[in-house]
Amino acid sequence: MKLGFYPGCSLTGSSREYNESILAISKEAGIELVEITDWNCCGATAAHNLNHELSVSLPARNLVLAELDGMEELVVPCAACFNRLVMTQHELSENNILKTEIEAKLGMSLKNDIKILNVLQFLEKYIFPKLDELIKKPLAHDVACYYGCLLVRPNKVMKEERFEDPMAMDVIMQKLGANAIDWPFKTECCGAGFSVSKTEIVGELSGKIVRSAADRGAKAIVVACPMCHSNLDMRRPAIESYLKRKVDIPVIYITQAIALAMGLTPRQAGIQRHFVPVNLTV
Amino acid sequence: MTDVNVIECYQCGKCTAGCPVADRMDLRPSVIMRMLQTGDAAAEDEILRSLSIWLCLTCETCYSRCPMEIDIPKVMDYLRQRSLAEGKVHSDARDIVAFHKSFLNSIESNGRLHEVGLVIDYKLHSGNLLQDMTTAPGMFSRGKLHIMPERIKDRKGLSRLFKGQTKKPKS
Repeated sequence: MKLGFYPGCSLTGSSREYNESILAISKEAGIELVEITDWNCCGATAAHNLNHELSVSLPARNLVLAELDGMEELVVPCAACFNRLVMTQHELSENNILKTEIEAKLGMSLKNDIKILNVLQFLEKYIFPKLDELIKKPLAHDVACYYGCLLVRPNKVMKEERFEDPMAMDVIMQKLGANAIDWPFKTECCGAGFSVSKTEIVGELSGKIVRSAADRGAKAIVVACPMCHSNLDMRRPAIESYLKRKVDIPVIYITQAIALAMGLTPRQAGIQRHFVPVNLTV
Repeated sequence: MTDVNVIECYQCGKCTAGCPVADRMDLRPSVIMRMLQTGDAAAEDEILRSLSIWLCLTCETCYSRCPMEIDIPKVMDYLRQRSLAEGKVHSDARDIVAFHKSFLNSIESNGRLHEVGLVIDYKLHSGNLLQDMTTAPGMFSRGKLHIMPERIKDRKGLSRLFKGQTKKPKS
């Protein structure tokens, strides 16, 4: 079967292993993820911080193009893109004047009824039911599932009831044979878009997350967001300078964990692209 | 301003207690809510000149925990845009604003983010020329950076969205 797909910019560059692994596991499950024709950047933090109209018009263009492509469901693996697309859909459904203005600028009308799925919703609906037959190598390790902010908040719009203690990723990891540990940093912020402009804040916020997971015995932190991944993995020097100690716990995408459990090679899962080496035996 | 129900804040302080950057803020979220309630022009000016509004990460923890469901992150977005428009950006927030502007420049040029272009543009506008010199080679060797940008085809449609929306950053 085919599903609409919005990779977003990170998945074409700094988090390409997220793209590689979600495509690889989808293929194993017989699902083809089809990119929106000529998609553009969602505007990310920059747009909603500096320019409200762009923060809506940029995601809206993608929603219109997805409709033109005939998509009914759209898979958005990047938690930040997912958040911007859902917030735009929500805002345009509540504000008809803005919707009309944006449609005029786009030169196209928007039905605004596409179903947007984040990676966990996609996995739950399309991959989880097939895992019993697809798991070849159980991932028998203690892991810390880290959700961050954008998959669960704002909970009123994301319709996430367990926004302080989400379980979707934990359930998938248990299914893969892992033990998802109980820990208090599941939905704490990693420092998000400050990776470049305020790296020391990322060092502190991500440092607390990494320290908690490592001290509770987790052998890996499992994530579902490119920003969280690059802050916890690539910014490890800033983290270690904040913690004043070395921490070697690796950070993997949930899609990479599934790929490994499906028996795909570490290379197919894009494991070699991380800064903190991943030595999980499967 | 926005349609947010700031007036309903009764100063329970949950937003400030849960804010991951509150200890770095000059005005904490609950204080900003109270200052906005007064409607005082001097208080508003102080908020627009504060570092706090730029330190807010939009993690949405405050909004999720607020007993009155006040959309504080939406207020922060509004305040940031006014601070920028009125030339009141706090000096310690210049790097943050420079980064956001470089980000939007990259989208305006290409339709998609070009990470190499973003960082070069940011370095030129922030003056932080030597930052991340040790990170970039590691990103290249892991195949995470592209020299050339990916560009979308419908450039005209894209420029219609940007028309009248952005000013070039001051050099």
